[in-house]
Amino acid sequence: MISTKGLSIHEARRHLDAGDFTSVALTRQILDEITRKDSLINSYITVAEAGALAQAEAADEKIRKGEAGPLTGIPVGLKDLIVTQGMPTTCASRMLENFVSPYDATVVEKLLQAGAVIPGKLNMDEFAMGSSSETSFFGPVKNPWDLSRIPGGSSGGSAAAVAAGLCLGALGSDTGGSIRQPAAHCGVVGMKPTYGRVSRYGVVAFASSLDQIGPMARNVEDCALLLQAIAGYDSRDSTSVNIPVPDYSALLSRDLSGLTIGLPVEYHGAEGMDPEMAEAIREGVQVVKACGAKTVEVRLPHMPYAVAAYYVIASSEASTNLARFDGIRYGYRTQNPSDLLDLYEKSRSEGFGEEVKRRILIGTYALSSGYYDAYYNQALKVRALIARDFTEAFSCCDLLAAPVTPAPAFPLGSAAGDPLSMYLADIFTISVNLAGIPAMSVPCGFTRAGLPMGLQLLGKPFDEGTLLRAGYAYEKEAALNIGVADPADGMKR
Amino acid sequence: MRISKEEILHVAGLARLHMQQEDMARMADQLGTILAYVDTLQAVDTQGIAPMSHAVHLVNALREDVIGEHVGVEMALANAPEPEDGHFMVPKIVG
Repeated sequence: MISTKGLSIHEARRHLDAGDFTSVALTRQILDEITRKDSLINSYITVAEAGALAQAEAADEKIRKGEAGPLTGIPVGLKDLIVTQGMPTTCASRMLENFVSPYDATVVEKLLQAGAVIPGKLNMDEFAMGSSSETSFFGPVKNPWDLSRIPGGSSGGSAAAVAAGLCLGALGSDTGGSIRQPAAHCGVVGMKPTYGRVSRYGVVAFASSLDQIGPMARNVEDCALLLQAIAGYDSRDSTSVNIPVPDYSALLSRDLSGLTIGLPVEYHGAEGMDPEMAEAIREGVQVVKACGAKTVEVRLPHMPYAVAAYYVIASSEASTNLARFDGIRYGYRTQNPSDLLDLYEKSRSEGFGEEVKRRILIGTYALSSGYYDAYYNQALKVRALIARDFTEAFSCCDLLAAPVTPAPAFPLGSAAGDPLSMYLADIFTISVNLAGIPAMSVPCGFTRAGLPMGLQLLGKPFDEGTLLRAGYAYEKEAALNIGVADPADGMKR
Repeated sequence: MRISKEEILHVAGLARLHMQQEDMARMADQLGTILAYVDTLQAVDTQGIAPMSHAVHLVNALREDVIGEHVGVEMALANAPEPEDGHFMVPKIVG
């Protein structure tokens, strides 16, 4: 049999349709790879072997009948905050350790309808709060390129699993960079679509006005296929936007002539930028120009306030969203409470981890009487200014290019006890969520120490197509050979 | 920015979180640091700017009031830590 190792979605599709191997064989190899590598990486919380093989058999039947779509028989992992019937959804929290959803999220329904195989649920920061995937109740995820380092977060399990070939693609969620930052740290492609493009129905909420589900894959072409499968209006999500979804694969082109790329001076001249990273971004911009795009300098004057505004807004929304975990209807419940209040307080304090409690406290403080205007309302006004900066920048360009992170993946444990330092590392990703625009991280090479780096492309609302087009052209022109991470082989790049 | 123990206790009470004595000082310290950073927002001139609570400008999403698919009592209680006779059990509230 042809090796399935390192195959991308569209390559596997060709082999499945040609009968070179079956989805059952592909799925078995993925499950074997998980067994071989994941004790080192810890990217999966739940592996659903029996379910995945049954889905693979059904997919093979479809393929035999010539009814296969782009994702039929393709193993796609899910971040463990996307609810699934018959399989636990933990949010990487003790609070939901034993939770099994009575229904599937819309994106899960869509993937299953498309014939995808779900090998399991992927590790993450608890309730998606974090940038390192270290706050998981099930232990930290390791970066498959260097096990002493973080994979990024909060979708760190999704990024690490894709990078190590433990699934062909994955879904993550991005509230302040949680798809793009781990994608950059793990050398995979990750996109946060426009707010409202993908249904959030059945996604455990962190910050409802910022959360968005998106695809993670080994290349841009695969990313387009995954986005195609999950995008679109859903009446069950009242913030879902009813506008047509284009054929993303048809938009991919190596020619970027006619496109103007804005370079925000605040991003490219940012203080504290790692020199290797700055160099890689400069080279990345040159590659995009070689594809025919023009560049222009733009300004985003309120960018320095994005992190502060984000932490007020996201924590405020989190504090209200997480109020539902009361120890009564579902989730963790303390033993022998003295009364109802004691039941609430102990269940929540024992069920939530430290970072989640910290954010609930910040949010509750910001929304509390006497502070609401100074914190929450002021943050919403600054958010409006940040969104206006983007609107103005996009008046003279089609998309923006920027770094994803100021530095490559940091060592595990290095931000312990200093939450603010980790928040500040989200400086390049956070404003995108505040404005609701789409953005994508595309691998742009490795540092000399062998750590992946990512180039970020930011687009106009609902213009994921142009992002994918530019990302595809960049990826082809740069022709970086990223490969598959294999820590079990003792092999380092 | 200094956050007092009393403030931490007040906020924790609002959030229905039980604060351990030994965590109090560290939490007060970390919250103080974060809130001091967040205070940089006060420097931004936001006169005449409307607060932006959402990225998309959607007005109420309404639908017909008809019964659709629903999970039923058994499924709804399947994740309850202490269900009894088709109900969610809570500690005694009135004495």
